[in-house]
Amino acid sequence: MTLHLRVGFLPLVDAALLVAAADEGFAEAEGLSLELVRDVSWSNLRDKLHVRLLDAAHMLAPAAIASTLGLNGVKAPMAVPIALNLNGNAITVSQRRFEELSRAAQGDLADPAVSARALAKLVATRKASGLPPLTFAAVFAFSSHTYLLGEWMALGGVKLGEDVRFEVVPPVRTVEALSSGQVDGFCAGAPWNTLAVATGIGAILHCGVDLQPDCPEKVLAWRADDVERRSEAVSKLNAALIEASRWANSPANWPHLAELLAAPERLNTRADIVESVLRGEIAQGGNRPTRHVPDYIRFDPDAIRPDPAHADWVLAGMGRAGQLSDDPAAAEIARLVFRPALFEARR
Amino acid sequence: MKPDLKILIVDANPVRAAIIDEGLREAGFTDLVRIGATNGLVAAIEAHDPDVVVIDLEDPSRDALADMFLVSRHVKRPITMFVDQSDTASIEAAVEAGVSAYIVDGLKKERLKPILQTCISRFNAFRRLREELDEARSQLEERKAIDRAKGIVMRLKGLGEDEAYALMRRTAMNEKRKLAEIARSIITAAEVLK
Repeated sequence: MTLHLRVGFLPLVDAALLVAAADEGFAEAEGLSLELVRDVSWSNLRDKLHVRLLDAAHMLAPAAIASTLGLNGVKAPMAVPIALNLNGNAITVSQRRFEELSRAAQGDLADPAVSARALAKLVATRKASGLPPLTFAAVFAFSSHTYLLGEWMALGGVKLGEDVRFEVVPPVRTVEALSSGQVDGFCAGAPWNTLAVATGIGAILHCGVDLQPDCPEKVLAWRADDVERRSEAVSKLNAALIEASRWANSPANWPHLAELLAAPERLNTRADIVESVLRGEIAQGGNRPTRHVPDYIRFDPDAIRPDPAHADWVLAGMGRAGQLSDDPAAAEIARLVFRPALFEARR
Repeated sequence: MKPDLKILIVDANPVRAAIIDEGLREAGFTDLVRIGATNGLVAAIEAHDPDVVVIDLEDPSRDALADMFLVSRHVKRPITMFVDQSDTASIEAAVEAGVSAYIVDGLKKERLKPILQTCISRFNAFRRLREELDEARSQLEERKAIDRAKGIVMRLKGLGEDEAYALMRRTAMNEKRKLAEIARSIITAAEVLK
């Protein structure tokens, strides 16, 4: 009998394995009818999962932890039987700030320590001349984006949320916010950085991997009480996603995967931009050549193991961002969100 | 209850926003602010300084509110999400209706409940209205198609109105299709053979 599953997603390149599982027959081969439902916010995905309007959801690893700990409103415990990718983010600044950072930099701006010290100089100069502080955005408070921004700025002694204003801007509005000057820079996933560069509005300062190799990113979240109660569904969807991962790991399939992702009911964007992201060919803007970043985003079978160690990185980021005080009990609960045993069972 | 709360309604759909506005006024809440496009929701909240924020779930800037839960950040007016955590029924009703509500700065949760209930029923009423409108529209279109097809059958087969209608009904029953579908096929065929 076919098992019907409703899975929510946000229009981002890292929904790739879900899209491949649904569109390339991997879900069907497991006896699943996989319905992907596009949404507009992580809060919606969390709430719809919580009230079971969805069976599972594309989720930021830190949001799954925050939701389990009850840090973002409703306490909705989640469990992660499989991750959906590693990496995929970049920090993009407006053209104007890029030029200012280039002038302030002592050394190679591609080095995060050099760029962070240049940022510190800009922050100090603005303060001395009575200019408003710079504003940087991430797409959600509980996100690797927030923690990557914090980590990068700390290299120059700049504190996110104090020396630099912090704002949350939904992915679809990042480019617009950069263009209007509402924000000076943002950290977001693909394809938003590439779109900012392609439209001439922004320049990529660093890719996520420059700061944190194999950075935890999106996961597939289920309600914690469902992963055991509905173990058959969990296991089948895991198997379909692992097959999708093998398929998506082959460069020969990238043009087709890019077409699937770019479709109107998925990301509704340009396939060539998605393909360049999959290839790790990253146009940086700011009169620099396209950069080849091999692990810009990882979908391979080793990248989707739900790793309890990822909770430690997330909790460190939460601590730096002032979202959570040091709490050993919280650390234990956060690690339990990741369920590698459920993943290994179907590998 | 003393209805002195300031409520910020965030909804890009002006018709629905007006329906919610009206509902809240009927419930005795008069201090209402409506905003549509929301790039900079946090700034809007700071500017209007509401006690309650009601937001359409189709608005992506809802994610910006999660940041305001953190007391350490926006010290001025921390926000928490609607109703009691134990009250799953309210959460379900709100999510299904497509609305969410937030409490600013320690407002008593019981005070939010009538506001949320009003919004839920107004969101549902709006959806029903839209569904009824769609339904009425498609019924009207079907009616028109059937009349046109009937005219074609009358002309081509030299039948009276009732006979033409009966023939179409019979065909629909024999083929187990809807009368409107038969009518559309007749119209298409007539256009092709014109």
